[in-house]
Amino acid sequence: MLRLGDDSLILGQRLGELCGHGPILEEDIALTNIALDLIGQATSILNYAGEVEGAGRDGDKLAFLRFEREYTNLLLLEQPNGDFADTIIRQFLFDAYRKPLFERLINSSDSQLSAIAEKSLKETKYHLRHTSEWVIRLGDGTEESHQRIQKALDNLWRYADEIFFSDSVDEELTKSGILPDLSDLRSIWEQTVKSIFTEATISIPSNNWKFEGGRKGRHSEHMGYILSDLQYMQRAYPNMEW
Amino acid sequence: MVTKDQIWEWLEEVSDPEIPVLSVVDLGVVRDASFEENYWSITITPTYSGCPAMQVMEYDIKAKLKEKGIEYVKVRTVLSPAWTTDWLSDKGKFKLREYGIAPPENEVDKSVLFAEPTMVPCPKCNSRNTRMVSQFGSTACKAHYQCNECQEPFDYFKCLK
Repeated sequence: MLRLGDDSLILGQRLGELCGHGPILEEDIALTNIALDLIGQATSILNYAGEVEGAGRDGDKLAFLRFEREYTNLLLLEQPNGDFADTIIRQFLFDAYRKPLFERLINSSDSQLSAIAEKSLKETKYHLRHTSEWVIRLGDGTEESHQRIQKALDNLWRYADEIFFSDSVDEELTKSGILPDLSDLRSIWEQTVKSIFTEATISIPSNNWKFEGGRKGRHSEHMGYILSDLQYMQRAYPNMEW
Repeated sequence: MVTKDQIWEWLEEVSDPEIPVLSVVDLGVVRDASFEENYWSITITPTYSGCPAMQVMEYDIKAKLKEKGIEYVKVRTVLSPAWTTDWLSDKGKFKLREYGIAPPENEVDKSVLFAEPTMVPCPKCNSRNTRMVSQFGSTACKAHYQCNECQEPFDYFKCLK
């Protein structure tokens, strides 16, 4: 559950950095709207994770008061916003996974997780439509936009494999019906990604260099900077309330 | 003893902080009101996961009921069944249009950049000749449109199902 929540939290925080800095006004608003949805999802998921843990930590405590090694988000999501193409590719690779994930999570034996998935799915559909169309528009756009989005994909593709990282934690949860069977998730994701890339006339890089570690708390150099922003108020003024 | 109907009536006086013409009842955010042993339990459901208005609504509901003499109120947030724009009351839709926000049409918009977006009549001049400026508007629940006839830029309360 932390993995689900941390993904939303860290990507939401990253997108939030674009507030007032988007390439055009409409896109600034769109990206921060998506950030807001993600932060909302993180709140629901982390609050529930804290409840299940039963150690008196709520969503805020989990979000603001853990150490870097305790965060379990994907490495992909902590990568910098870069240029607009980087932001869009990062978001697209993630949305293409989250939509089918939530579609399956609705069938979870855990009723609260199912409720969170039902709510989040509606929002995620909007996000995926938005990023898919931008990938196509940039890829099949001008020579420069094509080059840039291809470069973004070349750069971020090495983080895509980690999306389907699975260990004994996932297997245990699938066995108990909390996580639904996710075995077909990868093929659905691949289908979405490939068909959009074909339409966008961009290609998946041929090298197989892969990075992973986020799910185990081993992060890239960027993570510390995100946390210092995210946690600043709680670290400077412990237990402050808004 | 205050009746349930009375509570609902009072909740009609609590407005959405972002769209003040709508009450939390019009919006379909209030799902239930019930008396439990010694307090009133009000169940609400968020429009969008991250909607910042939800906390304000919770606070306003408590403040309104307190003003009416109800001391003990608990506001409970439930996520399922997930909110849809179908829960927006007819009165709510009418008030939205009067306020200059186009109410949700009965279909989810599938387009972002390419396909034809949902046709939304202009709340000012009723022309059907309008265009979508952006799928994401001033708040999570709205898209940004403009009327090609009277040039009025307006918000469209987008359909969520």
